[in-house]
Amino acid sequence: MLKKLKSEKESETERLISQPIYRRPRMAIFVLIIGMLVLIVGLMLSISVGAVNIPLRTVWDAIFHYNSNITEHGIIQEIRVPRALADILVGAGFAVAGAIMQGMTRNPMADSGILGINAGAIFMVAISFAFFPGLSYNWMMLLSFIGAAISLILVYGIGALSRKGMTPIRLVLAGSAISALFTALSEGVAIYTNLSQDIAFWFAGGTAGAKWNQLEIITPWILLGLICALLLSRSITILSLGDEIAKGLGQRMTIVRVLGALIVLILAGVSVSIAGPISFVGLVIPHIARLLVGVDYRWIIPCSAILGGILLTVADIGARMINAPFESPIGALIAILGVPFFLYVARKEGRNLS
Amino acid sequence: MKLNKLNRPEKVKKKSYKITLILIFAFLIFITFIISMNTGVSTLTPMEVLNTILGQGTDFQNLILFEFRLPRIIISILVGAGLAVSGCILQGVTRNPLADPGLLGITIGAGLAVVLFVSFFPSNTPAPTLLLPFLALLGASLTGMVIYLLAYSKQDGLIPIRLILVGIAVSAGLGAILTVLSLRLNHNDYDMIAVWLVGRIWGSSWDFVLALIPWLVILLPYAFYKARILDAFGFGDKVATGFGISVEKERMKLLGIAIALAASCVSVSGGIAFVGLIGPHLARRLIGPQHKYLLPASALIGALMLILADTLGRAILQPTEIPAGIVVALIGAPYFLYMLAREV
Repeated sequence: MLKKLKSEKESETERLISQPIYRRPRMAIFVLIIGMLVLIVGLMLSISVGAVNIPLRTVWDAIFHYNSNITEHGIIQEIRVPRALADILVGAGFAVAGAIMQGMTRNPMADSGILGINAGAIFMVAISFAFFPGLSYNWMMLLSFIGAAISLILVYGIGALSRKGMTPIRLVLAGSAISALFTALSEGVAIYTNLSQDIAFWFAGGTAGAKWNQLEIITPWILLGLICALLLSRSITILSLGDEIAKGLGQRMTIVRVLGALIVLILAGVSVSIAGPISFVGLVIPHIARLLVGVDYRWIIPCSAILGGILLTVADIGARMINAPFESPIGALIAILGVPFFLYVARKEGRNLS
Repeated sequence: MKLNKLNRPEKVKKKSYKITLILIFAFLIFITFIISMNTGVSTLTPMEVLNTILGQGTDFQNLILFEFRLPRIIISILVGAGLAVSGCILQGVTRNPLADPGLLGITIGAGLAVVLFVSFFPSNTPAPTLLLPFLALLGASLTGMVIYLLAYSKQDGLIPIRLILVGIAVSAGLGAILTVLSLRLNHNDYDMIAVWLVGRIWGSSWDFVLALIPWLVILLPYAFYKARILDAFGFGDKVATGFGISVEKERMKLLGIAIALAASCVSVSGGIAFVGLIGPHLARRLIGPQHKYLLPASALIGALMLILADTLGRAILQPTEIPAGIVVALIGAPYFLYMLAREV
């Protein structure tokens, strides 16, 4: 009887996975290729636009025929290029972290910002800013990672402890409480040390300060996170179909969840340590990716990475142009885009979530 | 009908027990009041405080007590009571024990209005005290309306969970706008806004007490007067209609009171979250679901929480003050998480 049930479940899973509408590899490849092209164009634009507009030709020259006597080449090499690369890495990091969380918890509102993970990371970074100003970037990244881990453990611990289980709404509420707590604490640290406005821009999120030595440190981590996410993507797909089905398929859920959580922490923690807490990238991008390429995380994850990179690059260009020559915080810009999206998801799912 | 936490029949508690409990809270507030009078950067001994209150203090002592500490303590009490009652009403109306003016985005709406004012009229012209509550009220009401409209749908009516999700989203959006605006302020204005946002009782002069009192004097009794209607809401819209209550109209009125209370309080205290959540929640555990007792008990617990938080904030890291909002968040967030895990 049990066996029969199991095999029924398996065939149900097979049906779900094999249905054409659920998986669109051709579309995914299309998204990946076009996305790459858009990303390259975005990269060039991002390098050329700013307080000083630099023609694309000079950009080209600066990258491939660098001449240290030309100021513009210096600006490009020292400020614009690292910033543009940071946008791409951070965008991919937040987006993939969101995709993993949404897949593993089947929570359509999961995002490292909404679930309070960014706030935990930023709190630790604020502490290092205020009390250990000389700390090397490596240490700061580690602290950011630890802060993210504390938040994640708190949020998921509460979900796991509660009697009615880990519903999406409970996770969101726990996340917003944890965000409130850590934001209040960070603000407190900032006020206490008189660094309010100095830290504030950084709290608001942005890659303006990205430097080569930071990039050298974060790039391997983000790449590692992305590759591990890809390796885990099949298991995430299975988890995303529901605990029952995952169990039926013999999925080792605990290990996958722990690995998934680690990847999320690496991606989100590292991204926060260089760009501050940018919410909603991890919410919006995986939804769009799912809409485009179906429910298979083997495609959702790479597409999320590319689309996340594009979103952050475009937002960064926007942040520089909207109120030139001043920069607007990218985090705020993306929040203004992300909130309607969150509202849409909340409205659509609001009935089923309670 | 599915019973939820709010209208689950609970053990009926005796009237004398409830009244005793309320008196105990009043007494605790009084004690904290005395302690708070003695706490601060310039140390006054309890005897000096007593003498000063009796009118025998030096000018310096008079200044400290009557111009700095006393108004601030009174503001904490008023704001704590107002926010807690606001939260109590919101929880009753939405039948959701997690509703809170802070979580629902009303606080940040009020904050945005204040920040907008400060960005257009920089600090060299001191903001008119009496105007601030109105501005905050305007911002809070607009936010409240937006959230209500976004959460309301014709087929499903008002789903409480969705109300909260929409509140979180709107807070995030307004927070983003607020960040953009506040980064453009000059350093002094920015510091003022930063302090305002984390909730330091910043309006600590008699002017602010006078600005706040009329609101509370009108709104609190009106809320208490509506206690029966709030009880009826606990049974669900259908039953409430059966009691002869026009649900939509009363809901709008009650939400209006809650918003006005939160806005006027926030305009002098800044963004203090969690008082409106935890005050009513503790009160409900101690005193039961009857709003006749629940509302005053919430008010007292809220007042006690805030006066305690403000006193602690002044005492812990002298001479630096920790804003009351941070102290409240430090205590409130874990309690909220505990609530999430155990109860809801």
